[in-house]
Amino acid sequence: MKNFQKRTNWAWPYIIFLILLVILPLILIGIYAFTDLEGHFTVQNFVQFFSKNEAVNTFIYSIAIALLTTIICLLLGYPAAYIMAMKSFGTPQVMALLFILPMWINFLLRTIATVELFHMLNLPLGEGALLFGMTYDFLPFMIYPIYNTLQKMDKSLLEAARDLGANRRQVFTKVILPLSIPGIYSGIVMVFMPTVSTFAISELLTHNKITLFGSLIQRSFGEGGITMWNYGAALSLIMLIIIGATSFFGQQEEAGENMIR
Amino acid sequence: MKKQNLLWTEKRALWERLVGQGYLWLLLVVLYAPIVLIIIFSFTRSKVLGNWTGFTFSLYRNLFVGYDITADVQVDPNLYRAIFYTAVIAVTAAVISTILGTLAAIGIYNMNARYRKGMLFLNSIPMINPDILTGISLFLLFVFLGISRGLGTVIAAHVVFCTPYVVLSVMPRLTKMNPNIYEAALDLGATPLQALRKVMLPELRPGMISGFILSLTLSIDDFGVTFFTKGSGGLETLSTFIYADARKGGLTPELRPLFSMIFLTILLLLVITNIRTYRQTYKNKQKKK
Repeated sequence: MKNFQKRTNWAWPYIIFLILLVILPLILIGIYAFTDLEGHFTVQNFVQFFSKNEAVNTFIYSIAIALLTTIICLLLGYPAAYIMAMKSFGTPQVMALLFILPMWINFLLRTIATVELFHMLNLPLGEGALLFGMTYDFLPFMIYPIYNTLQKMDKSLLEAARDLGANRRQVFTKVILPLSIPGIYSGIVMVFMPTVSTFAISELLTHNKITLFGSLIQRSFGEGGITMWNYGAALSLIMLIIIGATSFFGQQEEAGENMIR
Repeated sequence: MKKQNLLWTEKRALWERLVGQGYLWLLLVVLYAPIVLIIIFSFTRSKVLGNWTGFTFSLYRNLFVGYDITADVQVDPNLYRAIFYTAVIAVTAAVISTILGTLAAIGIYNMNARYRKGMLFLNSIPMINPDILTGISLFLLFVFLGISRGLGTVIAAHVVFCTPYVVLSVMPRLTKMNPNIYEAALDLGATPLQALRKVMLPELRPGMISGFILSLTLSIDDFGVTFFTKGSGGLETLSTFIYADARKGGLTPELRPLFSMIFLTILLLLVITNIRTYRQTYKNKQKKK
């Protein structure tokens, strides 16, 4: 029993580490968001955000872009995952690896290459390029969890459904789709969260024409110097709330596990 | 009549296969187009991507020699420093994460269900947190504590987002392990440290290795967290170097051969491991027969 106790103690370094470098920093965001430069309590940072039409519009626009990217990824990714997971299509196993492989190239470099591709094809940079680039960057995050759940699915259920008289469409809508919902949730969360918080790639893909919420936050910690930090912290807190709500929706534990496998 | 029916379904299955495979290949072509573009243009000298000025290996030579003979200029020395620091940060962060995460996994595994659940939730926070929030929150912490940002803070920040993945890749190994063998080792006179090294570690090694490799790749690929924790002392990793480069307008051409080589190495490794597992399953099948 004593040893048992001892082994739980092995987690202590990590617990202390988490408190110091994860919990405390997150609390600091909250503190900075509700204080001014002198450290007095204020809600001015939030007032400043909500009274600026431009900032609020950027915020709404970012969420819309993230949602749109997520939907495009789902529409493109689900069939791909389905075709790879179902034996009847005869897809070689290597195919799943081919979809993850691009992620080994630094994503900034991939984004820049996408920009050059648009240049070569004489396509304008802007919203279209932004959507394409983000879909391109995050599509594997959608395909992989869905592929995982579809592959783990008990295939005899499909035969059973067919034997019991379901037609092909019914097998899909009544058996396959409901069973793949956990994968869809994970995929949605794993695409939506990085896209809604993205910065840097949006500047590259639109030549600074479009500013996203992430870039807004980044700027308040960059050029403006110390005077903008409290405002930036307030924006970060708003994003933190969105992320919290999203992960609550998608049960992140599952998403994390899916990524490992 | 029945025969015709069978033929029809067969035809349909064939069609579905064709359409399905075609769709996958189409997606892959689009997905790989930018990468192929980088690889193709690593064999020409032009400053910008998309401007073909004849086949040559000179970018590869420049990258290795560090000097552009034709243009008589040095290849940006910051590029080499960035490569060096990317490697140092990735290896250090991965080693620390693997040790910290493995110990934590053993601890968490032995907790009762309630604490375990709480710990796994805590563990998931850095994974949920997008890089910009991890970066900014740590930036505020270092400012708040008066720690000057540099190599140390970047490594600490990378440990933050790598360790949760180590914990999650070691945990399944613990579940598979017989929990009594550690106690048995202690009963047979081993000290806890010996029992850890000789009994636990060999069992946990595969999980630790995959956690380590995952940490390496996460660290190398990171941009957001590094960006906010590197400070202004001139410390750059490959990611931040590329970002600064792209904002200046021109991408250092030698990055093209660098990433082509990285990509092709990984491709080769994947092909080799896949052929191996394929052969093994083939052998096993033969044995069964």
